[in-house]
Amino acid sequence: MTEPPTGTHTQGGAGAPPADPAPGSPGAVASGAARRVAHAAPLAISPGRWALAFVKVLLRMTWIETKLLVREPVTLVFSFAFPVLVLVLLGGIFGGQHMDSGPYAGLKMMDWYVPSYIGLVIASIGTVSLPVHLSTYRERGVLRRFRASGVSEWALLGSQFLVGLGTCLIGGLVISVLGIFAYGVAPPDAIGGVVLSFVVAVFAFSALGVLIASLAPTARAAQGVGLLIWFIMMFISGTSAPLDLLPDWMLALGKSLPLYHVVITLVDPWNGYGFDLVQVTIVGGIGLATTLMAAGLFRWE
Amino acid sequence: MPPHSDLRDLDGREAVITASHVRKEYGAFTAVRDATFAVARGEIFGLLGPNGAGKTTTVECLQGLREASGGTISVLGLDPVRQSRELRRRVGSQLQEAALPDHIRVWEALELFASLIPGGRDWREIMAEWGLAEKSKTSFNALSGGQRQRLFVALAVVNGPEVVFLDEMTTGLDPAARRIAWDLIREIRERGSTVVLVTHFMEEAERLCDRIAVMDQGRVVALDSPRGLIASYAAGLRVVFDTQADIGFLSGVRFVEAVHREGPRVTVEGHGAVLASVAAALVGHGIEPPDLHLEAPTLEDVFLSLTGHVMAE
Repeated sequence: MTEPPTGTHTQGGAGAPPADPAPGSPGAVASGAARRVAHAAPLAISPGRWALAFVKVLLRMTWIETKLLVREPVTLVFSFAFPVLVLVLLGGIFGGQHMDSGPYAGLKMMDWYVPSYIGLVIASIGTVSLPVHLSTYRERGVLRRFRASGVSEWALLGSQFLVGLGTCLIGGLVISVLGIFAYGVAPPDAIGGVVLSFVVAVFAFSALGVLIASLAPTARAAQGVGLLIWFIMMFISGTSAPLDLLPDWMLALGKSLPLYHVVITLVDPWNGYGFDLVQVTIVGGIGLATTLMAAGLFRWE
Repeated sequence: MPPHSDLRDLDGREAVITASHVRKEYGAFTAVRDATFAVARGEIFGLLGPNGAGKTTTVECLQGLREASGGTISVLGLDPVRQSRELRRRVGSQLQEAALPDHIRVWEALELFASLIPGGRDWREIMAEWGLAEKSKTSFNALSGGQRQRLFVALAVVNGPEVVFLDEMTTGLDPAARRIAWDLIREIRERGSTVVLVTHFMEEAERLCDRIAVMDQGRVVALDSPRGLIASYAAGLRVVFDTQADIGFLSGVRFVEAVHREGPRVTVEGHGAVLASVAAALVGHGIEPPDLHLEAPTLEDVFLSLTGHVMAE
């Protein structure tokens, strides 16, 4: 069987049978195939146009996912409700108090908690909402459907990141407004630094969310694992007990998890401690490494 | 299968798909052992077999959704795995166990899927063609089974595909909805696409397909038109009637091969004009059974004779 080099592939196992020159046999089929390849060639598009097409698909996916989220607002509300509720409780306990030890000694407790709770919202979207959403899509065959119609992995995951960014932005604004107006927290000292840290944090946690979705066999498992990770991080990353109250080993564990670094990158520029390039790089690095792992492990079904 | 026949022979017609000795293994489990066939442009090609025969895995390999462990595949002259992006532009598919997000609306799904493959027809026209215009603003989870089916077909053809893959499209539908789905499938072909239909319904394959590849335990065991399969693998005709009379004379009648009797029920096996000659002999002996009829063999008999087992649904 004489087939053209393009358009066919041979791997291991049984190969094609020997050449069969009879007319109307596979030889004729192969030449038909070769003609079609030639015909299809002009359809190939340049990298520039491909990138444009990708961005269009990405934005359309993002727009549809946004509409879907708004139509089912329960997810959205739960992502914010818990951090906001706990912030109110913490405000009741620590409002007016100051940190009395550690590198942030003298800082008002609520000046610490408000920016760090923006980090907690980002963590909740990334470790719970996003993986549950993606693995539910996978379980129901939505990802199968998307893939067969040519939705690229990067358009799908990119849209999840952008929707997450929007959701976290709303959550962050709710917490900021609450902090500034209800607890007298000063507005951010370096708003640019806060925004950059915020975007990098959403990137890192979105990647973590995709990784959890890729590893979890079912949506229920994704929810369980995600909630567990989120709760552990919440208790030892400075978003509940003040860090200087933690025993050393707990602090060390906290520092090995992404939320701790996210909290530092948000608290510092907010309160005039400056933009912490090292910490932001750590968060970005976690994001990149997780993206690579998640991309390798991502499953459509 | 006669040893000299090549399952990829299309008598000079253009092949849109050629699969040669395709294998697919998952660890120690072999889902597809040897799938060899060619699909001609413009036909409705059936992959028929029981659950677990390897049909779905085969079409998933054809679509580049899975990579074959061995053998060669060419779809529209393309390698489905390495040239998947190009392939997506030119094929459409309706998948088994696939869904859309609950709250996506009909028009949103069509617009999204149309935008994935630029240069196609206006999705509004396709929405109207498949009778979905009135449901344009309805959410996916509010559609009836039949409406979902039409939406999936519309999504499969929204890019004006040359080949459309339909995997178990009518499974789970009631008989009336199944007939409507059959009309949809014929319509896809009439609008110019080649159709590859995966099914385990004998009747569906027999009614719709121009040619059928019968699969069993990971192999294509026969490939022909429904009539050709029946002629090759289940040539026998059966004349059936009820009578209490002695019918010993029938074994000497022309075209008759065997006579079986079970109570009043008589089954005469034969070939050719067996019905006419049996009828004439019966009338000649004064027997006029009102229920005398011919049972032509079906794909069910073909499957039984090919595999030695019935195709349980």
